[in-house]
Amino acid sequence: MNLDDVQRIAHLSRLELSQAEAEAVLPQLQAIFSLVEEMQAVDTTGLEPLAHPILFLRDLAQPLRVDQVSESDHRTENMKSAPAQLEGYFLVPKVIE
Amino acid sequence: MSWQNTPISLMAKALAAKEVSSTELTQYFLDRIEAGKQWNAYLDVNTHLSLEQASKADKLISTGKAGKLTGIPIAHKDVFVTRGWKSTAASKILAGYESPFDATVVANLGIPDESNPHGAGMVCLGKTNMDEFAMGSSNENSAYGPVLNPWNPAYVAGGSSGGSAAAVAAGLAPIATGTDTGGSIRQPAAFCGLTGIKPSYGRVSRYGIIAYASSLDQAGPIGKSAEDCALVLSAMSSHDQRDSTSLADSGEDYGRYLNQNWQEGNTNAAKPLEGLRIGLPKEFFSEGLASDVSKSVGEAAKTLEGLGAKLIEVSLPKTKLSIPVYYVLAPAEASSNLSRFDGVRYGHRATEYKDLGDMYQKSRTEGFGAEVKRRIMIGTYVLCHGYYDAYYLQAQKIRRIIAADFQAAFKECDVILGPVAPDVAWRLGEKSKDPVQMYLEDIYTLSTNLAGLPAMSAPCGFNANDLPIGMQLIGNYFSEARLLQVAHEYQHATDWHLRQASGVA
Repeated sequence: MNLDDVQRIAHLSRLELSQAEAEAVLPQLQAIFSLVEEMQAVDTTGLEPLAHPILFLRDLAQPLRVDQVSESDHRTENMKSAPAQLEGYFLVPKVIE
Repeated sequence: MSWQNTPISLMAKALAAKEVSSTELTQYFLDRIEAGKQWNAYLDVNTHLSLEQASKADKLISTGKAGKLTGIPIAHKDVFVTRGWKSTAASKILAGYESPFDATVVANLGIPDESNPHGAGMVCLGKTNMDEFAMGSSNENSAYGPVLNPWNPAYVAGGSSGGSAAAVAAGLAPIATGTDTGGSIRQPAAFCGLTGIKPSYGRVSRYGIIAYASSLDQAGPIGKSAEDCALVLSAMSSHDQRDSTSLADSGEDYGRYLNQNWQEGNTNAAKPLEGLRIGLPKEFFSEGLASDVSKSVGEAAKTLEGLGAKLIEVSLPKTKLSIPVYYVLAPAEASSNLSRFDGVRYGHRATEYKDLGDMYQKSRTEGFGAEVKRRIMIGTYVLCHGYYDAYYLQAQKIRRIIAADFQAAFKECDVILGPVAPDVAWRLGEKSKDPVQMYLEDIYTLSTNLAGLPAMSAPCGFNANDLPIGMQLIGNYFSEARLLQVAHEYQHATDWHLRQASGVA
């Protein structure tokens, strides 16, 4: 991993890193990934990945709820924390010219 | 009356007998919170709202509609969204955020109303400090400053539920909620001399818990005894249609085995744990474990043996690998969960930006702290095309081996006993410069989250500097009531859980 990789991951993560920040975080990420490398020594041939702990125990019955309206209108409360809004809509910078 | 040392089971009796009102109890703890600000345990307190809830609880009590917990105050970790209080997950990106709804845990424990007829009637004292988005093991990653350990303010309280642990240890709450993704209930409980339990994955609804790593996050209580934790966990846990991973068979009386012998038909009162097989994983007692922690946990094993249990050596061969596996999977899930913070619907929005993409980027850069950024970047990297198989899928495959290793161990024993952490609380700032050093501290707690097993922490001694040491009990799936039974018998025979921090007035 090098500084270009750090900047590429930061961009994919929608984070900005100054050159100094990238230089500071690089050795930390390198140390973490050298720890992560220890996983490569394990033979996992034929094993299914385990995404969810209870799947190890049993198949999960995904219950289906009745297809009916269960929530009332909370628009006003839901808009209260919006950084910018107009008439109940979230405002964002212009996307289409 | 020093209510801060009273078990909540006795508080409930005092409320029922009208020896005290919920309003008096709530005011008592609010006064202590005001006088105990130096611990930095709380992020938001609203005395008016707390007292309003207390008055509703008093009305329930006086009209004979009270349950076991009605009127008892509780503090909630700031990761649970809570109507009326700010919910920030200790992040700047959520500064000032007020949720339009309550987390299921908050509703289950709270004052009953039309939308929530089964609330337990507990009174919310406020929101407790934590590591930002629950990412940390020392509570030093909070955007609002670290929590100090009530046993010694030069030391960390542990994390990520450090505010909840410090609040209970400093007598600023009788009990508190926490969440545990890799040890975040058990480790701060151990560092602050308390009892805490992380139930099996799926027992407690995650609805309204600000998500960190969804396949690992579970909520549970941090309190002063196994009995108190059993009472509150029973009220927290329920099947919730709003959480697709909530188990249909959740919700039971987790205190049903307390004061009973392990084996039915055993009448020997001196040996209540006769028939219990306790497994000691050799990997939990090897290099890296502080000698005084090893000694205290060893003595706890002897005490349990004296109560009739049989000690057996077991093996969890992939213990060390749980660290890389966790630090791949948890950041991967976090990078995805935290993509919702983009400055559009809620949370911080940067004031200056060129376009929409720039707004996302600047809002996130300004809003997230260093550790959160680090974990988002790790997660993004391991999910990248080209690395996904080698990191993410390989970690999930080893996760299966770790879960299987536990099942092999549980063929030989009923409960596993070990330390919670390699050492006691460390000094503030001692490990915050080196993330890997901090991650290594999680070695004994991560594997149970990866496997989804229940595990708890209970105090079992002190080191030479008078800092608490915790032991960990791990059970098989859905055996919470049995873990609490063992811890309760231990707390009958010992008084570590009754010790008070000398610096707490």
